[in-house]
Amino acid sequence: MSGGDYLAAAYAVVLVTILLYVVIIAAKLVRLERETAELAELARARRDDG
Amino acid sequence: MVPEDADQGISQKIFYFHVPIALTAYACFGWGALKALLLLWKREERYDLESYVGIHQGTIFGALTLITGSIWARASWGVWWAWDSNQLVLFLVLFLFYSAYFMLRFSVEDGPRRANFCAVYALFGVALIPVSFLAIRLASDFIHPTVFTREGPQMTGTMFATFCVAWAAMTTLAYAFYRVELAGKRLDSNLRELREALTA
Repeated sequence: MSGGDYLAAAYAVVLVTILLYVVIIAAKLVRLERETAELAELARARRDDG
Repeated sequence: MVPEDADQGISQKIFYFHVPIALTAYACFGWGALKALLLLWKREERYDLESYVGIHQGTIFGALTLITGSIWARASWGVWWAWDSNQLVLFLVLFLFYSAYFMLRFSVEDGPRRANFCAVYALFGVALIPVSFLAIRLASDFIHPTVFTREGPQMTGTMFATFCVAWAAMTTLAYAFYRVELAGKRLDSNLRELREALTA
């Protein structure tokens, strides 16, 4: 492997880690959005019940 | 454009993100320890989560430091790891110490007792940061290069400017991750409380 290959490999590791982190955070955000919608629905149902 | 290093060639460019990542890892561990100190001092619950997230970020950046450093070592020295370099070994010890923090955290039941244990553990670890940082200057081996000396940075103006930009970028990235993760965890906790209140 040449010096350029090692440089590309190091860049790739950092980039993939950042992308993975962003994907995990995005997945968590989707879950939180779903849970918030469920709770809002629950609150509306309780309000309508009186 | 930053010139290529006369000795190492293009692989030296790993320096521009390896060192900023390492410095960011130190900063995150230090931040986590500072929040742990504030928890023990002021007894405010929020510092526990802030300390945890800081250490979590430090562990991510620490892992990246070890991986990119290993790749650079292979390119420059021909080996993936050098056990006789104090800087490398002490950084590994620091990383493993804070990795064990999560084992402690998830083995104790949630509450003030866990917060206190974790805060004390995080504070012990902070002692390793200056030791790890200064190891290269105190050590008798010269395997790991010393770029920042008492005479200033041992690089050209464009190299130093590039390094500063990379360092600022990495610190900003870590701060953004810290805020996003902290907000996510707080939101998670608030939603759990809300669910309990609504379903009670």
